[in-house]
Amino acid sequence: MSTLEIRDLVAAVAGKTILNGINLTVSSGEVHAVMGPNGAGKSTLSAIVMGKPGYQVISGAVLLDGVDMLALPSWQRAQAGLHLVMQYPTEVPGVQLVDVMHHAFAARGMDTAGLDDRLGAEAARIGFDPALLERALNVDLSGGEKKRNETLQVAMLEPKIVILDELDSGLDIDALRDCALRIEALTNEHNIGVLAITHYNRLLEVLRPDYVHILVKGRIVSSGGAELADQLEIDGYAAFAGNDEPAGGALADLFG
Amino acid sequence: MLAFSPDLVDRPDDLRRAAAERAQAMPMPTAEQEVWRYSRIGDLQLDRFHPVAPTTTVHGANGYLADRHDLDTSTVHDVFDELSAAFYGETVLSIPRGVHVPGSIVVTHTIGGHDEAVFPRLVIDAGENSEVTVVERFMSSGQGASLVVPRLFVRTQQAARLTYVAINELSTTVWQLGHQQAIGERDSTTLLATVALGGEYARVRTDAKVVGQGASTRQVALYYADDNQMHDFRTLQDHIAPRTTSDLLFKGAVQDTARSVYTGLIRIGHDAKGSVAYQTNRNLTLSAGAWAESVPNLEIETNDVKCSHASTIGPIDEEQRFYLESRGIPPETAERLVVLGFFDEVLAQLPVGPLADELRQQVAAKLDRRTR
Repeated sequence: MSTLEIRDLVAAVAGKTILNGINLTVSSGEVHAVMGPNGAGKSTLSAIVMGKPGYQVISGAVLLDGVDMLALPSWQRAQAGLHLVMQYPTEVPGVQLVDVMHHAFAARGMDTAGLDDRLGAEAARIGFDPALLERALNVDLSGGEKKRNETLQVAMLEPKIVILDELDSGLDIDALRDCALRIEALTNEHNIGVLAITHYNRLLEVLRPDYVHILVKGRIVSSGGAELADQLEIDGYAAFAGNDEPAGGALADLFG
Repeated sequence: MLAFSPDLVDRPDDLRRAAAERAQAMPMPTAEQEVWRYSRIGDLQLDRFHPVAPTTTVHGANGYLADRHDLDTSTVHDVFDELSAAFYGETVLSIPRGVHVPGSIVVTHTIGGHDEAVFPRLVIDAGENSEVTVVERFMSSGQGASLVVPRLFVRTQQAARLTYVAINELSTTVWQLGHQQAIGERDSTTLLATVALGGEYARVRTDAKVVGQGASTRQVALYYADDNQMHDFRTLQDHIAPRTTSDLLFKGAVQDTARSVYTGLIRIGHDAKGSVAYQTNRNLTLSAGAWAESVPNLEIETNDVKCSHASTIGPIDEEQRFYLESRGIPPETAERLVVLGFFDEVLAQLPVGPLADELRQQVAAKLDRRTR
């Protein structure tokens, strides 16, 4: 049983405070959805938890099973059991997925015997063309192929907690379904905990959340069960904008 | 220029002697001249070197070595062309019409380290509809100073397919001043590739001229300078005929206090309508004290052409490194993967077989020696 605990997290990008005190706890086997409009701080949250360069933690803590993640470099956070599925997976010219998996396994002290066979089997399961395993990472891949590739890596590395940063952006409905079902299976098979960050609830129609949190202006303004996502679908984010939202705020957001 | 006296021309050849005499009267180039801009030419002490015949071995050329050729080797740009004309040691490869040479012809020059100046000249004449791959290797047998002034003359005749790869594995005490001139005739395909790892100062100028319509050239290079090395490339994609194609991809890295410069020109002449030309130069700066420069140029004298150039200089991409690190890969391994991957785009295109792995290892070994 593992727990990711985000406590009073305040963070900034380029001197501008984006997260204004986030509190979230994700445990093994749970699916948490963090939903928010553009600019709410969704991507910043995932970047901060994984340690992406360019983001500053001002205060607060991120703990995995009590270990301070913010004190560790990204690669050690990953080895500790965190994993980030990126919204826009980076192209890495000349570097093959099969090599990345070998190095990722070796760096964790995991046995690489049989890795290639497993990679082939996982690729088949997620519908990722095996030929792409030996092509440059994310280079010239379609949106769907990129997200299948990302999901495949979750299955290979079996993290304790996976953060999905807009898994549902840039891919077709079939690929989204395949990826979401695979993640859901991993929560059952390997008890992986999921923090799914998303704007829309189409991902959550397949990957049913246990908890839904609404993120607006760097704060979680409401938390509940899966029904919260359904309510959001009807009412929109404006209904959750909070008391400090001035009249006409929605229009102001257009130019914010 | 006493060191290169006409009296040292060892063959009774009036042409060589005349070239040596002209060389005596020519000035040394300086970095003030545009064509030598950014170069280290001012550091060259030509007089410390003495001319010797190159030590050259050729493998895989059974039946294709020739005594003579009719390519024009007369163009003189500078004193080094005249010195080459006086002191060159020549290898001529002549591929008859329609012949597909299997495997690769490998020409290896071994340079000593006792202040020798060597002037190897390689001529490759690929006959109509022939196909050939030639690898020219420059290696050192010692660690002392020497100067190598290679000249390459290539003619790819109608519909022929020629691949040429130059590999510089010289010691870091050797100066190289190379010049490659290629002519592509109608519907021919020419690939000119360079791998530069060695040399103290290694310069290669490449003039790739497409003179027959439908001809195409492609130039690729991998260069990686460390310590105090400098690599200097100057390329010309010269479109003379209509509907010609040229493509260029040069990828380099510098580390420690090394330097590199790439200067490239795409020139589309007024008869070269419907031509397509691309030029891409990407540079990694792997240490704070390293320096790279990239100077792309376009000169277009007609319309109805498609041209583009791109150049980048910078450290290892932070996003790429983060992506790999977020998979649990430590920073040193992540950087190694990114740098080797960066070069793999070029290495994967080279028809050098097992040599590619050897070169990959040399690149990795350089990276391991890096100071940040």
